[in-house]
Amino acid sequence: MKVTKRFWMRSILGAAAAAALAGSAWAQGQPVKIGLLATLEGPFAAGGADGMRGAELAVKQRGGAVAGRKIEIIKGSSDAKPDVAVNATRKLVEQDKVDIMVGPLSGGEGIAVKDYSKTQPQVTFINGASGAQATTLQNPSPNFFRFNTEGAQWMVGLGQAALDKGYKRVMVIAEDYAFPYSQVQGFMAEYCAKGGKVPVKAWVPLGGKDYSSVIARIPKDVDALLVVLGGADAVNFLTQYENAGGDKPMLGGSITVSQDVLNYRGKRRDSLVGTLAAGPVADAYDGAEWKAFVEDYRKNYPVSAGGFPSPSLFAYVYYVNMKAALDGLAAVNGDLSDGHKKYRDALQKMVLKTPTGDVRLDSNRQAIGSTFVIEVVKDAQGNLNTKVARKVDNIDQMLGMKKEEFQMGTRDVPACP
Amino acid sequence: MSAARWRRAMNTGLAAAPRPLPVAVSARPAGPAAEPDPYADSLAPEWLKFLWRTLGARHVFVLAFVLLLPFVASPFFTFQVASQSLILGLIALSLTFLAGYGGMVSLAQMTVAGIAGYALAVLGTSSSAEISLAWPWWVAVPAAVLIATLCATLIGWLSVRTEGIYTIMITLAIGVAFYYLVLQNYSIFNGFQGLRELKPPTVFGVQWRDPLPFYFLALFWSLAGYGVVRWVVRAPFGIALQGIRDNPRRMEALGFHVLAHRVAAYALAGAVAAVGGILLAWYNALMTPGSVGTSWLINILVIAVLGGMKHPIGAFLGAIVFVLLQTFAIDLIDRERFNLVIGAVFLVIVLFSPDGLLGLWAKLRSRFGPNQAMTSPTRRQP
Repeated sequence: MKVTKRFWMRSILGAAAAAALAGSAWAQGQPVKIGLLATLEGPFAAGGADGMRGAELAVKQRGGAVAGRKIEIIKGSSDAKPDVAVNATRKLVEQDKVDIMVGPLSGGEGIAVKDYSKTQPQVTFINGASGAQATTLQNPSPNFFRFNTEGAQWMVGLGQAALDKGYKRVMVIAEDYAFPYSQVQGFMAEYCAKGGKVPVKAWVPLGGKDYSSVIARIPKDVDALLVVLGGADAVNFLTQYENAGGDKPMLGGSITVSQDVLNYRGKRRDSLVGTLAAGPVADAYDGAEWKAFVEDYRKNYPVSAGGFPSPSLFAYVYYVNMKAALDGLAAVNGDLSDGHKKYRDALQKMVLKTPTGDVRLDSNRQAIGSTFVIEVVKDAQGNLNTKVARKVDNIDQMLGMKKEEFQMGTRDVPACP
Repeated sequence: MSAARWRRAMNTGLAAAPRPLPVAVSARPAGPAAEPDPYADSLAPEWLKFLWRTLGARHVFVLAFVLLLPFVASPFFTFQVASQSLILGLIALSLTFLAGYGGMVSLAQMTVAGIAGYALAVLGTSSSAEISLAWPWWVAVPAAVLIATLCATLIGWLSVRTEGIYTIMITLAIGVAFYYLVLQNYSIFNGFQGLRELKPPTVFGVQWRDPLPFYFLALFWSLAGYGVVRWVVRAPFGIALQGIRDNPRRMEALGFHVLAHRVAAYALAGAVAAVGGILLAWYNALMTPGSVGTSWLINILVIAVLGGMKHPIGAFLGAIVFVLLQTFAIDLIDRERFNLVIGAVFLVIVLFSPDGLLGLWAKLRSRFGPNQAMTSPTRRQP
């Protein structure tokens, strides 16, 4: 009795939804609703707000409309926790009925939203800034697209650069969760293949304050340290390492060499010069498109209005993903009928023009793009700054390995002691 | 049974409490009929007569509302707002029982729920095949509830010797310790990333995670939890517990084992929270350290206080307001500032009514309605 009633209700709802979809497909002038999810709360609140700025900038550059259809942005917020991100996404998708969803920001959230996207085939999901490998490697979702490269891809090129500097043995010090695992893998895949050795890996808790036990474990015979720690953790580590009399040169992860670290005022400040790091953006990159992007960001979000002096990684990545969503929409002339089929084909085949070069998608809908290797230098005023040492293009998620050989980064994979 | 009658029973003095009260016994469906039953000669089954005696018009109204709601509301509302409110309400209910009837404010109720969720993830199936033991659900779920109840009993054992703020401190410490344990342990709890893809089983051909079935699942267990708490607080054990809340020394002198009663209260509240924890794990389809973090420990307290601790229904009212605000506050004002709305609403409710929404309702009733007490028959603490 109850069962029949349920099916009856469902079919009515289904018919209503189908009618609504068919109706909107014909109405070309109707706005396209895009849900935008970033972390406006919690540890990445500042980054989330900048991510939203990046996404809005992409909409502004198109004048707020694509192919005659107005772009309507509906924002959601999470606090970097997967369950909160899924709740916020569910509200945007099921309550606000968005056509396209852009977000979320952090790795665990990305995996959870990808899992959720499988239950909502009528909506196209495009990543925000999340960079976990598993999102597109394990059980990829047919309607989840990622136009940014992820944590492991961001580190390609650093291994070669370290060997060029003569670092034969490197100790790894990294936070103990998915993103640093990916980063370390991206470094080691290249470094180990070319003959480098990593005798010790130290995994420290996120937000740790005391690094003395790690510092005590640093072997005498390593040439450098690969430090994959977030902003405040990196500064804490540097201070304690300096107090302990350490003198090894440093290699950094993609979020290690941030402005906090460059503003470091300790005695070892000069020893930071020459530190290598890698990531998807480089403030000092002198490509014309990048300069135009930075200029546009500064014009729209001056520091007085809460913007950053230079767009953050989050602003850039959200910008790229939102731009992909809109470029795809333009390619199909705003036509989202037939359950987004044409739109998704367009996204899949698109060669996206980004400020740092062209981006294509692989068969798992994951970006193949560029990475910068940067080096810390001292400018004329004595300020620390970064310069681009090398740009590596066309990095795919397999990091140049064969699919059968590739294993996702964990605490123990890869290893070359 | 009317509130006034119940109050009389309560006010006959503490000496009456240890004796099984006639009302309490007759309220039990399977219990021996100790008093003459006006419906004894009819052929209706015992449980129907019981329902007839206990249900009032407002119960029927609320029941009809919650049963019909999912057929009127959208699937989104059914799943995210209604089901989530029921689940959070169930976990907050365990705190309402402990704090309202036992006088013990435990911040570790979300931890107990989290232990159940993690136990389910480890014993049942999840995305981490190397960790999960993949037991069938009908073994994993009862085992998870049992483990969580045992842990709750242990937490109770540790914390019952303390009073007031010290209980809060020790349960908070246990909660935070569990958070760091699951954050840093990789062999069992998979650390920062937690365990994913915890789906309710497909039983009787029903996908239990679809909005409608899941709502009724949550509704069933919420009603069950509510019923158990309502029944227990009228049973001899519940009466003794309220006596201990009001004056433990006198109860001790009367021959009651105060510690045993308190630990038993923790165990019962733990079982309720554990069921809520299982449902929460299924609702989110994942368990991460974030689900048992400090913010959630506090949120459960907020829900319980918001609703009011004088009656078990307060937990559910608080949960509804909490979930509605969490979901829709972002639509009300500037999206970067929506947490202000949430904070302001909480502040206003607690400021104008120390007893939460229930107290607000009682105030309105006493001002506009017939002169009748709406709050629970529990006595105010001195």
